[in-house]
Amino acid sequence: MRVNRRMTATVATAAVLGLTLAACGGGDTSGDDGGEGGGEQVEVFTWWAAGSEKAGLDAMVGVFDEQHPDIEFVNGAVAGGAGSAAKDLLQTRLQAQDPPDTFQAHAGLELQDYIDAAQIEDVSDLYDEFGLTDVFPADLVDRLSTEDGAIYSIPSNIHRANVVWANPTVLEDNGIDPEAEYADLDAWMADLDKLDKAGVTALSVGTTWTQVHLLETVLLASLGADAYSGLWDGTTDWESAEVTSALENFETLIGYTNEDRDGLDWPEATQMVIDGGAAFNVMGDWAVAAFEEQDKVLGTDFTAAPVAGTDGTFDFLADSFTLPVGAPDPDGAKAWLETVGSLEGQVAFNKAKGSIPARTDADPADFSEYQQTAIDSFANDTIVSSLAHGAATPVATLNAISDATSKFTTGASDLAGFQSELAAAAQG
Amino acid sequence: MLKKLRRVGPPLLMLAPSLILVGVFVYGLIVANFTTSLTDNHTAAQATGQKPAVVVWFTNYIDLLASEDFQHSLMNLVLYTVVFLAGTMVMGFLWAWMLEKPMKGEGIFRSVYLFPMAVSFVASGVVWRWLLNSNQDEQASGLNRLFQMVGLDALQNNWWNNVTFGIIAIAIPAIWQLSGYVMALFLAGFRGIPDELREAARMDGASEWKLYRHVLFPQLSPVALSALIIIGHMSLKAFDLIMSISKPANYQTKVPAVDMFVFKSSFDYANAAAVGSILLIIVAIVIVPYLIRTNREEKQ
Repeated sequence: MRVNRRMTATVATAAVLGLTLAACGGGDTSGDDGGEGGGEQVEVFTWWAAGSEKAGLDAMVGVFDEQHPDIEFVNGAVAGGAGSAAKDLLQTRLQAQDPPDTFQAHAGLELQDYIDAAQIEDVSDLYDEFGLTDVFPADLVDRLSTEDGAIYSIPSNIHRANVVWANPTVLEDNGIDPEAEYADLDAWMADLDKLDKAGVTALSVGTTWTQVHLLETVLLASLGADAYSGLWDGTTDWESAEVTSALENFETLIGYTNEDRDGLDWPEATQMVIDGGAAFNVMGDWAVAAFEEQDKVLGTDFTAAPVAGTDGTFDFLADSFTLPVGAPDPDGAKAWLETVGSLEGQVAFNKAKGSIPARTDADPADFSEYQQTAIDSFANDTIVSSLAHGAATPVATLNAISDATSKFTTGASDLAGFQSELAAAAQG
Repeated sequence: MLKKLRRVGPPLLMLAPSLILVGVFVYGLIVANFTTSLTDNHTAAQATGQKPAVVVWFTNYIDLLASEDFQHSLMNLVLYTVVFLAGTMVMGFLWAWMLEKPMKGEGIFRSVYLFPMAVSFVASGVVWRWLLNSNQDEQASGLNRLFQMVGLDALQNNWWNNVTFGIIAIAIPAIWQLSGYVMALFLAGFRGIPDELREAARMDGASEWKLYRHVLFPQLSPVALSALIIIGHMSLKAFDLIMSISKPANYQTKVPAVDMFVFKSSFDYANAAAVGSILLIIVAIVIVPYLIRTNREEKQ
């Protein structure tokens, strides 16, 4: 009996110790992966897990393997929710001081939270080392730099947000010239009204973020490039009459959209144009991949143009890569960043992904017809930052604007309430 | 003393691992959550200690409860919970009542009603998002299309996209999934009532209604209470079903759990923690009286 009891006690103690040790040990195992032996592997954290995005990443890895054969690429892609699943996981990992070697982030103010939290490093010396300062457009480098001249990421590709996609068949059926170029929103809305009266979904849109995307192009079209940019640095007053009339345009446009919008993401909304269920769709130029995957030809099966009133302006967003503070393998990360910034890397990546290189020295002839027009616009147009894609504001501001937009489009707030909520959101 | 230690020691040691784990990972984290909710930790910089976060006591709670948006979320939660509870209790009881009498194929029906529970909320949400499509008339699909096909056009509606009552549409799949579970609980309750009681009541000349009213219902009330508590606390924590039918940013379907998620992804940890604490308090208001009651009954 006595022995038994002692044994019970011993076993119990052992169990407690074992569990405690396991609990303590759990924390640091994951950090070891890239730690030992420096320069052997690089974990690249992205949300490019499927479709043209994955094809782009694979192409980039191909170039990376050529440029840095001694470093192993570890794919840290997280699928789901258009990047939201990846961002959530990233937030947790950075908080736990277990960063990947490098991670994907939208260039611009979306990086501000990571900078404020001292979670990413200034990489401006890498710009000098790799000779990147002169190959990126000055407009772009300005937008990536903080006030003290620090740059926190290297862009891999550029997308344009202010593009309207149309189905020419639907337009012709309703007596609208598919070749028409709209000088301003009023001209466009007149045609949308015609389509709406004919019982066609004039403009397809999806869930809240695509509505914010539409909102930003309407603000851009109504206010013009300078006043639009002023919304983000405080020089344009959100309470002004100009913004009111822009929001009135937005209200009119939402009136022409499909009723099930809140349940759709962008591919479903764009699909409505592809299938002829809707005439127009405003979406970034990643949508071109959706058309091309279904063997649609630009010009005959679909058209792409700057949103009415935004011709000559390039509403940009960019994916970029960072150097996290405490990256397990900073040398590997720097090697990856070198490939990201290199001409070969950008050409291979963007040919597959459908976006355009951030570098100005890429040969347009390497790219598709749509991409060539985008490269041309990016070189010549005024560049402004996208709101819906993290270039113009920090995440908290964007979330507040999204909430206000959803409230407005579901009918829970009126225009005045919407405007004052937007003003409050922009103030932070 | 030594004797007492010998008696108490080993069981205590055996319990210690779970006590420690629960203490740290449940109660410790509740305390951590609560202390975060009392600070002004609203940015990423404060979360990592780059900027100071100061204690602001209950300011976050006051601001949240005063904000129109959060009141809308709470109202949604109340609507959802009331409809979800009423729906599952009524359906569950009706099914149990029908199956209670011995009949052919009872096992099949029981399985059919229980099966939806085996589906995860996320999976059923994906299907229901399609069924609850808010397009009407020419563009209609899902249930609205079904209504058209059977000539009930007037029943078409925009489901969860109604700004005030949209959340009730999301309770429909929840009811569909959990009515079978409530049925199983009630069925067990019915089966636990000895036949002698019914026979005695009939002998005394009780009508069928009186039999239910005075003999069966009182015996079922503990089961009903358990069902209410289980469904109620699930409803208060509703998140996955709403996320897979709607999207976190959609105003019409916001509930506190969704707010918590959105705050967290905005790096606003203080408000996220405050919403978490409010949810915990709401759930506690439902659960604690039940636990006290059960405890008292067990002692008796």
